[in-house]
Amino acid sequence: MATKAVARLALLAVAGLALSGCSAGGAEDASNTIDGEVKGDITVVTWRTDLVEDGTFDEYAKEFQKLYPDVNVTFEGITDYEGEMKTRLSSTNYGDVIGIPTMQPSQFEQFLEPLGETADFEDTYRFLTTHTYEGTQYGLAIGGNAQGVLYNTRVFEEAGVTELPTSEEEWLAALQKVKDNTDAIPLYTNYKDGWPLSQSFSNLGSITNNPDAGIEMAEDPAPWTEGTDIYAIDSLLYESVAAGLTEEDPLTTNWEQSKVDIATGKIGAMTLGSWAISQMQAAAEDNGASPDDIGYMAFPSNIDGTQYALIGGDYNLGISKHSKAKAAAWAWIQWLIEDSGFTETQGMISTVAEKPLPDNLSGFTENGVELFEVNPAPAGKESLLSDVSNDSQIDLWGQLYRQKMVDIARGAADGDKESYFAELNERWGASVGKLAG
Amino acid sequence: MTDTALDTAPADTRAAVTVPAGSGRRFRGDSRGTGARPVGGSARGRLRRQLTPWLFVAGAVGLLLVFTYWPAANLLYYSITDWDGLDLTKNVIGFDNYVEVFTNPRIFSVFGVSLYYFAASFVQMALALYFATILSFSTRFANFFKGVLFFPYLINGVAIGFVFLYLFQPGGTLDTALGWFGLSDPPHWLGDPDIVNTSLAATSVWRYTGLNFVLFLGAIQSIPHEIYEAAELDGANRWQQFWAIILPGIRRVVGLSFILAISGSLSVFEIPFIMTGGANGSSTFVIETISTAFNFRNVGLASAMAVVLLVIVLIVTWIQRKVFPDEKVDLT
Repeated sequence: MATKAVARLALLAVAGLALSGCSAGGAEDASNTIDGEVKGDITVVTWRTDLVEDGTFDEYAKEFQKLYPDVNVTFEGITDYEGEMKTRLSSTNYGDVIGIPTMQPSQFEQFLEPLGETADFEDTYRFLTTHTYEGTQYGLAIGGNAQGVLYNTRVFEEAGVTELPTSEEEWLAALQKVKDNTDAIPLYTNYKDGWPLSQSFSNLGSITNNPDAGIEMAEDPAPWTEGTDIYAIDSLLYESVAAGLTEEDPLTTNWEQSKVDIATGKIGAMTLGSWAISQMQAAAEDNGASPDDIGYMAFPSNIDGTQYALIGGDYNLGISKHSKAKAAAWAWIQWLIEDSGFTETQGMISTVAEKPLPDNLSGFTENGVELFEVNPAPAGKESLLSDVSNDSQIDLWGQLYRQKMVDIARGAADGDKESYFAELNERWGASVGKLAG
Repeated sequence: MTDTALDTAPADTRAAVTVPAGSGRRFRGDSRGTGARPVGGSARGRLRRQLTPWLFVAGAVGLLLVFTYWPAANLLYYSITDWDGLDLTKNVIGFDNYVEVFTNPRIFSVFGVSLYYFAASFVQMALALYFATILSFSTRFANFFKGVLFFPYLINGVAIGFVFLYLFQPGGTLDTALGWFGLSDPPHWLGDPDIVNTSLAATSVWRYTGLNFVLFLGAIQSIPHEIYEAAELDGANRWQQFWAIILPGIRRVVGLSFILAISGSLSVFEIPFIMTGGANGSSTFVIETISTAFNFRNVGLASAMAVVLLVIVLIVTWIQRKVFPDEKVDLT
């Protein structure tokens, strides 16, 4: 009797597990396409928790509903967006409009609704190259940024830097002047928070004006060799730290505080994308400094006197494959990018090709900096760079190997620039040999 | 800590399974006694009564299966795949991940950092034992001091990380306090690679001393009071009482604390993760596992690392139990 009861119980438990495991799915509605009727409830999952909380997005939703009264928009802000979304993608419930977290281009179709042929978008939009796979577009950038270095114009003026540096030597000389003539920390690495260290990597291609720098690096067995983009990027950080031009104790840096410090002139420069400009200007206003003190310059390098800067998309917006109102989601994305004025208020470059550059990049154009976009990786090699990065455990998009580099530069770890770059080349080369073959 | 939870889990299930047989009998007896229902009753009623105790168990066992053993089984499965944490298909690649764990020197070298925390756990236990002994005798403001010592353990680990981050900053609280004593040139507590692990281990001592203290205090207070009185009549001083009565009396708890200390120092995580993120040579095995899974998108390898850590902790605990067997405490 008892054993029978146990058996029944076990059956019940298994059935319960099975049920909870496959509550997914649901009926597929043939009319639920992005070209269908714009109606229904959509959830916009976003990383901009600040804009959810201060009601900015609700204002947008009201504007949107004037055009599409049958759509109901709700917002869900996630603080640890990247990490949490990657977990949620394994379910079917991850909102309707999402900012696409990093994934391999070959994985787009597993999670996202295709938006159409990339060729059809090319005349209208910028920043298409990162979220296309085999000619199909899966996401549109919410806006774009330029890459370069953020600096405090007042600090540089006080230090007596009259010309913006256009090479590593000029850069080090300028920072030295800041150190000698002002109380500011010349360059702030934000080592402890880590991710700001990886921001300078986005300049890959700017130094050699090469839109294919990424894929060339993925096939280069020794990229940390003088003359390449990655060498120039990492060398700039190494030499700045080695010359003592960065914060005293990098282990106790603080991102939120650094915004205030650069705005009030306690920090000279930080290598960040242009998305940071508006945040620093806000910090300046909140702390009694002038937003005009926040300047933006191109990465200190040049080719025959001309400087180049990359522009690229921020988070891309995509539509969940499991959305029940795909047409409404698609309408929201297009409206947000084209008509909402989002990029203008955020100081970003609009994804719409014909719209002008934002005001905060005027310094760029005045100095004759030439802007360009990267090319998409060739077919079959879309994920090669990240595969090599993962396999060699050199996290190009992260901070781990750069923190080690800063440690070496400040004398807190064994080695020197030559030995560390040689080690990086060796690890990278081994993975290139394995994967790029 | 989690590993000891795993350790005790099977015992819980055994206990849970044996209970319903008894309670079921009592249930039947009750219904017969009250006479509310005829003995035997309908077939449905009988079935329900037989099922009732199992339904009670089902809740607890179900939660245990779903939230402990099911994820653990998944972990074992992931550890033989090349999953990147996102893809819907997982390719089984056999034991390649385990080979990688044991052949890649970068993965195992971080265990050296655990030695700092292991050494610190001795300091921690000595401190806890000292205070527990003092406060178990009648001391002025004993309850106040007990509270003060236990308090750090109640604070959330993340908060502790931030508090100590400010404490260790150049020109921060610690440097200011040292300045009052004339130490004008303190080192970078977190920035100096020779000191960083000591600073972090000291933070860990500050946090966990309270736990050891409470365990020791409880054990000491369970020693019958007459034994102290007898010892005092025989003229034993406090030191002799400690060696002859207290230490042997709480040997089991000390042994348990050592097991917790060793498994804890092998799997240190939150304090270094929050305070340094594993930078500057303070990375531990769990931090390495996290970065393998989430920075390098290699959940398969990270799962294998987690399984290896679990096995190492189990082996270390087993060796410890063999070398220091759990002797019966006998004070009489």
